[in-house]
Amino acid sequence: MKLVYFAWVREKVGKSGEDVSPPPTVETVTQLIDWLIAQGDNYRVAFGDMKIIRVAVNQQYVTTDTPVQPGDEVAFFPPVTGG
Amino acid sequence: MIRVQQEDFDVSREIASLRAGDLSIGGICSFIGTVRELSGGAAISSMTLEHYPGMTERALSDIEAQACARWPLSGCLIIHRYGKLEPGDQIVLVVTASAHRQAAFDACQFLIDWLKTKAPFWKLEAGTDGADKHWVEANGSDTLAANRWDDTQDKT
Repeated sequence: MKLVYFAWVREKVGKSGEDVSPPPTVETVTQLIDWLIAQGDNYRVAFGDMKIIRVAVNQQYVTTDTPVQPGDEVAFFPPVTGG
Repeated sequence: MIRVQQEDFDVSREIASLRAGDLSIGGICSFIGTVRELSGGAAISSMTLEHYPGMTERALSDIEAQACARWPLSGCLIIHRYGKLEPGDQIVLVVTASAHRQAAFDACQFLIDWLKTKAPFWKLEAGTDGADKHWVEANGSDTLAANRWDDTQDKT
């Protein structure tokens, strides 16, 4: 599974992306985030306030109850500020 | 048509190219977003726009298709820049062309309202001393502006 991070989420995690292989029990975005938080304090800090985290799976906005599976590209970023 | 690019754009040339050869067009509306010199009362020296390559192009194409389905447009163009910009620089261009002005106005406003709340771009501002960099926070009034398009179905 490919994870990508943008803006301050990228800064807090400390990298722009990574390939991860979470256990099969990780079936949704929420479970993926919980698993990441257990991997280190950088994730705990980045995902400390889920109200200001947006998620896309395979480049489409999703809610955190959305399923994830191997091969997916999952992106985490703050609310957008373009335009 | 959508373009995501680092380089600047020439509004006149883009409009000329969009309307070239199409005599059905009776009205063209354009919106140009530019970098303000002040952010929350403090001067900025630069702004760096980060985006999500791949999702950005996909998201802009989707919203352009929605605008074309909702209003009778003869042409539509969205250009959004990324990278380092300075006060006064152009950030974004939205151009809509239609037989009549109302569709052009409405579609243009719909597109920029949507861009502000959904297109995956993030602004990092640097203060004039260069040291103070901060990510711009999303604006609640932008969300309200975008939401009003959810329940209006007016077509002109």
